[in-house]
Amino acid sequence: MSSLIGYYSLIFGVGVSILVIFFSIKNFNDTQKLDTKVISLVFLQLLFVIISFSGLILSFVNSDFSNETVFNHSHTTKPLFYKISGTWGNHEGSLLLWLLVLTLFIFVFLLRSKNQPKQYKILTLLFQQIIIVGFFIFLIQTSNPFNHVFPVPKEGLGLNPILQDPALAIHPPILYLGYVGTSIIFSSALAAVCSNNITKIWASHIKKWVLVSWIFLTLGILLGSIWAYYELGWGGFWFWDPVENVSLMPWFALTTLLHCVLVLEKKLILTSWVVVLSIATFTLSMCGTFLVRSGILNSVHTFANDPERGLYILIFLFILIFLSFFIFLIFHKSENNNSKTFYLLSKETSILVNNWFMMYFLSVVLIGTIYPIFLEVISSQKISVGPPFFNKLILPFLIPFMLAMAIGPKLKWIKSDIEDKIYLISFFVISLILSVLIIRNLDINFLYNSILITAAFYLFFITLRDFFLRKYRNLSQITAHFSFSILILSILFNNIFSSEVITNLKINETYQSQNLKINFESIEQENKQNFKAIRGKFIVEDQNGLIEVMQPELRIYNQPNIVTSEADIKTNIFTDKFMTMNYVQNQDHFNIRYQVKPFMIWIWISTILLCLSGCLSLIRKKYEN
Amino acid sequence: MKTKIFPIFLIFTFSIIFFVFYKGLQNTNVYTPTIKSEIKIPNFDAKEFFSKDKINSDQIFIGSDYYLLNIWASWCVPCKEEHKYLMDLSKKENIKIIGQNYKDNFENAKNFLINLDNPYDLIFLDNDGTIAIEWGAYGVPETFLIQNNKIIKKIIGPLNEKLLFEIKELTQ
Repeated sequence: MSSLIGYYSLIFGVGVSILVIFFSIKNFNDTQKLDTKVISLVFLQLLFVIISFSGLILSFVNSDFSNETVFNHSHTTKPLFYKISGTWGNHEGSLLLWLLVLTLFIFVFLLRSKNQPKQYKILTLLFQQIIIVGFFIFLIQTSNPFNHVFPVPKEGLGLNPILQDPALAIHPPILYLGYVGTSIIFSSALAAVCSNNITKIWASHIKKWVLVSWIFLTLGILLGSIWAYYELGWGGFWFWDPVENVSLMPWFALTTLLHCVLVLEKKLILTSWVVVLSIATFTLSMCGTFLVRSGILNSVHTFANDPERGLYILIFLFILIFLSFFIFLIFHKSENNNSKTFYLLSKETSILVNNWFMMYFLSVVLIGTIYPIFLEVISSQKISVGPPFFNKLILPFLIPFMLAMAIGPKLKWIKSDIEDKIYLISFFVISLILSVLIIRNLDINFLYNSILITAAFYLFFITLRDFFLRKYRNLSQITAHFSFSILILSILFNNIFSSEVITNLKINETYQSQNLKINFESIEQENKQNFKAIRGKFIVEDQNGLIEVMQPELRIYNQPNIVTSEADIKTNIFTDKFMTMNYVQNQDHFNIRYQVKPFMIWIWISTILLCLSGCLSLIRKKYEN
Repeated sequence: MKTKIFPIFLIFTFSIIFFVFYKGLQNTNVYTPTIKSEIKIPNFDAKEFFSKDKINSDQIFIGSDYYLLNIWASWCVPCKEEHKYLMDLSKKENIKIIGQNYKDNFENAKNFLINLDNPYDLIFLDNDGTIAIEWGAYGVPETFLIQNNKIIKKIIGPLNEKLLFEIKELTQ
């Protein structure tokens, strides 16, 4: 029943779309005010999508297996929480969620932009409706979440156990808020270009949307990382998996856009950058959707392998690309009012430097992600691009990037000199000495690593000093740069100081090395609602005689029948101790992986700080207004 | 004129990307390695264990003799378990046992062979694990039975009585 309501709501939703488009065009030139009819229609559309989405949630909660999506992805013994999160844990449901966020955002946009020019608002609405209609048709035609199964099965196939995790339950919605937020930026930028509305006022208006999308995207990526770390049990947080890359690319574009918009808010320059980046951000999000959903790439995230869906998104994606491209070419006037000369030492230049670095990182990730597809099509060779490629191409460029990040914000608009030269130089010397001291005794490339860490420390100290000296002026910027320096520092230290032991142990056996002793004490079983847990108990003793009890778990899920290994992670401020246990077929020993990963928690903390700095910027704006 | 070249170039680039993605979609399928009973062995260069001389796989696997390639490491506990079976097989005249020392410390590996005896006719080094990737190995220990440059049997994990018997049967 709820499926039926859901399905018809979708159909009505498309109908409303057509009405919205019709009334907006009619309303385009006739009055000065935006017709309230249009706004109420947009609300109606939102309502229909909400009903449809609730219908799907209800089908999941009631385990209504006459619905194909529910049948494929749910099971009666699943806890209620995962029944609900299962709604968006699959292709169809997640697209419906995407649509929900799309309609929600355009509604909020219309409410929040009362003071903007009418034609600009209508154009934004029209572009957004094009996207919405595209997704409606995609949903109904190729991935209807309300398909009927007959005869009705007694039991569902179950949700993949690795998706049954709290972090992952909220990861897709948060990430989508980020992705879809970029659609508003896209529509609004195109509308601004068409109606020649690229002004400082527009910049400060769109800045909020850029910030909101940026915060959610950052948070979404963080949650994904946390999930990968805790649930996948590979002992890392970032694997340069194609789908991770796909979320990182819009992030680069969005971060660059954020900086450009901040400039545009103060001075009318970099308009082309802003427009192109607005288009690029959304196109990259869409491109990500295409790469993930078409099954053209192989990754942990591949949902379904349906070329028809892929083809649809591909065509839709390129229609949007070409549409925005022509609009940009025809309507965009580059800023030619008084020729702007950029001085070498000015805020503008440092923002430009930032832009080009970001574009470089973006293209590295882009090439690394889609190159295998190109190679396969052209020469039918199969390759996969892994972490070494990205590390080699990105890490060295972080050095000048971070130095610019430390000094850039200190510069003034138009032209300036560097003040406090003594501080800048002395901080550099301190960072250099510190990193040399740290790296000295380690068996790694000395020059390269010490310079990299120097740059990170430098940024850390400079921003730390600003924190206390600037008296909370530009607090959000300082916090953001500060937390970025912590992020890079902790990633670097995490990489350099991590250690790993892989061994096979039977019960009561002990592994011993120079600085570590692992004793496999016992094993116990426990039956949970939808899985059986086998928990090992290990006593780990390090060279200082510190004893830690680790209890990694194996979970044998009943539906679908999959064994997952649950890592036991002991976290404190300095290090994470991480242990996984794996079942070896036909053997009485278990494969044990024990890792010591320093500064793990700081990676999470710094990213959360990064999001907070975005929130600060949002709040401050409100306060000033 | 100059301003027109750029848009045309961009349109051209995007069209190519579209085309490639479109083609890519059609041969889309999840990559599954084909499992054939007899796979040709890879060709690789490696260093000999003791002398550190460079050696090519062509010089190791010659003619129609039986070769048993064993991937091992001193840190690998199951490798110690299967060692007695390798010693047993080393007594057979018609099998040459080749060791591939995987991601190991030379001193530890040498001590391993001194303490437990050396079943191998020849050992080469695979310090970074890349040769194991060439073989398509999952981990250590792993054992391949080879004849005429073809893999006849692949054993994942340590050898045991049953597998030992099977290898002896195959090489009769």
